[in-house]
Amino acid sequence: MNNELRELYQDIILDHGRHPRNFGELAGATHHAHGHNPLCGDTVTVFLIMGSDGRVQRVTFMGHGCAISMASASMMTEVAVGKTEAEVEAIFGEFQNRAKGDLTHAAPKGFEDEIERLDALTGVSAYPSRVKCAVLPWHAMRSALADGAEVTSDGGKE
Amino acid sequence: MPDSLNPSAKSEGQSRKSDFPIFANNPRDLPLIYLDSGASTQKPQAVIDATSHFYAHDYANIHRGVYRLSQVATHAYEIGRETVARFIHSPSPDSIVFTRGATESFNLLADCLGRSGLIKAGDRIVLTEVEHHANIIPWQMLRDRLGLQLAVVPLMDSGALDLDEFERLLQPPTRLVSFTHISNVTGLVNPVARMVAAAAARGVMTVIDGCQAVAHRPVNVEQLGCDFYIFSGHKLYGPTGTGVLYGRGDLLGKLPPYQTGGDMITTVTFAETRFQPPPQRFEAGTPNIAGVVGLTAAIGYVESLGFDWIVAHEKQLLELGLKRLQTIDRVKIIPVSGDRSGAISFTLEGIHPHDIATVLDDHSNVAVRAGHHCAQPLMQRLGLAATIRASLGVYNDRDCIEALAMGLEQVNRIFK
Repeated sequence: MNNELRELYQDIILDHGRHPRNFGELAGATHHAHGHNPLCGDTVTVFLIMGSDGRVQRVTFMGHGCAISMASASMMTEVAVGKTEAEVEAIFGEFQNRAKGDLTHAAPKGFEDEIERLDALTGVSAYPSRVKCAVLPWHAMRSALADGAEVTSDGGKE
Repeated sequence: MPDSLNPSAKSEGQSRKSDFPIFANNPRDLPLIYLDSGASTQKPQAVIDATSHFYAHDYANIHRGVYRLSQVATHAYEIGRETVARFIHSPSPDSIVFTRGATESFNLLADCLGRSGLIKAGDRIVLTEVEHHANIIPWQMLRDRLGLQLAVVPLMDSGALDLDEFERLLQPPTRLVSFTHISNVTGLVNPVARMVAAAAARGVMTVIDGCQAVAHRPVNVEQLGCDFYIFSGHKLYGPTGTGVLYGRGDLLGKLPPYQTGGDMITTVTFAETRFQPPPQRFEAGTPNIAGVVGLTAAIGYVESLGFDWIVAHEKQLLELGLKRLQTIDRVKIIPVSGDRSGAISFTLEGIHPHDIATVLDDHSNVAVRAGHHCAQPLMQRLGLAATIRASLGVYNDRDCIEALAMGLEQVNRIFK
């Protein structure tokens, strides 16, 4: 197996893909949104509870898709807990940079650990058609936090 | 291995790979294994040469110039029409309308039928559950515009259409049925002759989607007796941007124009316009002249191989493929009842088709289609979001099947 493929499907990705964390509908969710990739039919619905302190208390997701999109959703549900909407945006922005192969930026201050964890997914940068798989769950979460509109893997509203 | 599965025993296992420069130009260390001909075929050197020769020697606009060059170009274009007519046994070249592709052929047909008075509010159009989106959406739009009904022939669990239900649905108010010759997803070959005969007996118009058929078996529209037959040139080893709508002469004559503009009129004043008869009536503006020249060469290429060889070659590869895939863990083949042509759709249990396709491409340089194949209603019927489809062309050989199989075994190792 070549290195790029090994990088893409490293054990942690396969593990999250096979055993997604926080999978299922979330009772008492304050926000939710649906995302889908019209190219491959992958779908993900993100549920979250926003605390009165403006920080995400819990995130879950449902849906089906490839190992990359499932692993990305699963890891996101862990990384986003405790963050404000602005912090989620900052983490997503840098994650997306790296997923697209842009390694010129430092991790947002204070979130180096989160970015390092998500770096496991940035093997997609060698596979342009798969970047959308990795960012789809994030677009859904961002939409859940914003207005709950359905989004596509481009981040566009439907 | 029994002889029937040994391609070298019969109709020699030699593929026509060397006719297609894409394989020699493959930049990777691994040989290119192209198993996506159902999406589009690669182009033989003969087609590339014919197109480039036409631009270098014979090019001008057609049906206009009195100068020699324009007449040469017009001749080449009309030879294309005659070639297509001969290829699908159309009684007349005037029944051949050139389009940009099958999608445009369907849109043209639905739109023109809707304005012809041949289909009216309350009439019913019958489709099948295995259709490509291009044979669904234009009819759906027409339904909404005219107030039609749409009914769907179900796919049975066996992998064949429910022909009893098909025949029941031919009763009034059904006015038209449109169905695929061969499924682009499963490779199911529909009994089109029987279906056309049943429809014709009830005066129901018939449209056949021949996209997955024309490169794989001989088509005889006159014998079939269908009213319309549609296909794309790029799935027949021809250039992109070429398509065909065959229509029975008397029916084409009853259809109004589709797009309007140059090349499709007899006289124009600001008060009114008189239109050309078919097929020019449906070919407004400068058509894909060089594309038609390339399509002519593609048909010549296919005819030079002959369908005896093509059918036998692909049948052996399909049998080998089905047998080999069944030896691989987790493979589930989408069933086809009866005749199968050109394609095998399958899944690996618990592994998403996009992950499979990425590994096949990266590890084995195997190109397959992963997804819903522009047939979402069929996917819903199968209860799947996506499948992997391996589809065949004349450049495939048994090495392609083995490369696919070994690639899938690698997928299983990664996703153990």
